[in-house]
Amino acid sequence: MAEKTYQAGVKDYRKTYWTPNYVPLDTDLLAVFKIVAQAGVPREEAAAAVAAESSTGTWTTVWTDLLTDLDYYKGRAYRIESVPGDNNAFYAFIAYPLDLFEEGSVVNVLTSLVGNVFGFKAVRSLRLEDLRFPLAYVKTCGGPPNGIQMERDRLNKYGRALLGCTIKPKLGLSAKNYGRAVYECLRGGLDFTKDDENINSQPFMRWQHRFEFVMEAVRKAEAETGERKGHYLNCTAPTPEEMYKRAEFAKSLGSPIIMHDYLTAGFTANTGLANWCRENGMLLHIHRAMHAVLDRNPYHGIHFRVLTKCLRLSGGDHLHSGTVVGKLEGDREATLGWVDLMRESFIPENRSRGIFFDQDWGSMPGVMPVASGGIHVWHMPALTAIFGDDACFQFGGGTLGHPWGNAAGAHANRVALEACVEARNQGRQVEREGREILTEAAQHSPELRIAMETWKEIKFEFDVVDKLDTARA
Amino acid sequence: MSETIAYPATQRRGETFSYLPAMTPDRLRKQIAYMIAQGWNPAIEHTEPEKSFSSFWYLWKLPFFGERSIEKILAELEACHRANPGQHVRLLAYDNYSQSQGTAFIVYRADQR
Repeated sequence: MAEKTYQAGVKDYRKTYWTPNYVPLDTDLLAVFKIVAQAGVPREEAAAAVAAESSTGTWTTVWTDLLTDLDYYKGRAYRIESVPGDNNAFYAFIAYPLDLFEEGSVVNVLTSLVGNVFGFKAVRSLRLEDLRFPLAYVKTCGGPPNGIQMERDRLNKYGRALLGCTIKPKLGLSAKNYGRAVYECLRGGLDFTKDDENINSQPFMRWQHRFEFVMEAVRKAEAETGERKGHYLNCTAPTPEEMYKRAEFAKSLGSPIIMHDYLTAGFTANTGLANWCRENGMLLHIHRAMHAVLDRNPYHGIHFRVLTKCLRLSGGDHLHSGTVVGKLEGDREATLGWVDLMRESFIPENRSRGIFFDQDWGSMPGVMPVASGGIHVWHMPALTAIFGDDACFQFGGGTLGHPWGNAAGAHANRVALEACVEARNQGRQVEREGREILTEAAQHSPELRIAMETWKEIKFEFDVVDKLDTARA
Repeated sequence: MSETIAYPATQRRGETFSYLPAMTPDRLRKQIAYMIAQGWNPAIEHTEPEKSFSSFWYLWKLPFFGERSIEKILAELEACHRANPGQHVRLLAYDNYSQSQGTAFIVYRADQR
């Protein structure tokens, strides 16, 4: 193959990286970027530039290019589509050969795909909308340490969603007072309580102290109710060494579940902790602080469906998904799209849910979506209809804010959930008949009746900032 | 400020539906119909209450694979209850696709409220 000669200088990216006739291989990693190019830069050139800068290319020709088979290693821009309802932005589809990436390393994939290219001058803005991980790559990743069915079997929860609550105030409680709040929630009927993401090991409550009092609360509530319970002990820490130390201590206390913040702590730490959980029979709850920094701007950043896929590969048994109905951002169809990506084993392309590629997870276990943020008993019918059983609903203020306290708040949520599940199983339309279903259930539960009175006026009806492009058109 | 009501001493519960009033025959029939409609296989388990925390209760006969009759399942629940007075009896539904249980709930509680 000695027919190529070296010519120094800059040449158009599209000559090398725009290959409209290319048919992607089953083993290619596929990406779709939403690009707004700088004025005067043709779409093909911008797409090719992104393919180049996220794979083998650099701004100029170098002689060492000729020491390898660049045609084998290069990323290829193979399709361009207009974004519905938008004259500036377009989608660029890029195929990357599998050998560009280290096996089992979400870190390596992201370093290539969302690395330097995001600061690249030829594009005004850039958003990674979706990724297709080839099954051959999926098989090299550990994935969720347990998965949804193992979690159900470990915790003996069948035929309904799980219920949780984040302990508030977020910051400032002492370990014993914090444990009190946990105990009250769990004895009232919740399955889980959760450390707020900000809770790590501050001066007001060091992690060892929190873990000890919380686990006493969990054990007592379990003994009294006869049900299995847990508290997400947040092991997010300044260093991996410290993170593992906390995980080991949680295990020594008999906790069934720990927690990690996968974006602020990073994928290396997260993948390591997921491996530890797999080896130690521990469930792993994943928080997603910082996601909105990355995923909220419709023109620049990384879409949450990509962050979802990366977490499923890196490993976690729970992941926050948004609620659709609460206080935080989340378009309904888009949310259903990434909820499918968490739970299902094969997700076909579906543009109406923002899914650009078929995604085959093979035998990788599913992640349980966690709906949390500004939800209360009145949302239970909609949550049951939207998420079904394989989800965890977390009511923070919606438990702790009950006028009679946490236990009564927890009880109200549990009654509301079970009433909605029973009604759904009976074939009733829970979302449409929600008011009647809850009102009937409240006849047997003063706790639910008061909760319904307390929160009857609360609604969150701001429009979402990041709509699906199809909805924008 | 409205009056605060004391939450009572914690009660023993039994997972799904244990925060609703005890199942009536009519409500129970509808839940069995749902299990069957899902394509799940009903099964019955029972245990002494002091052993209820275990993953493994006693299996009553074998799971009722392919059973479509609600009345047959009801009769088996009652037979299990009669043969094991003072024990919890629960109905569950094996979902062989997920290799787990689609649902499970206690029908007869040892300490029936």
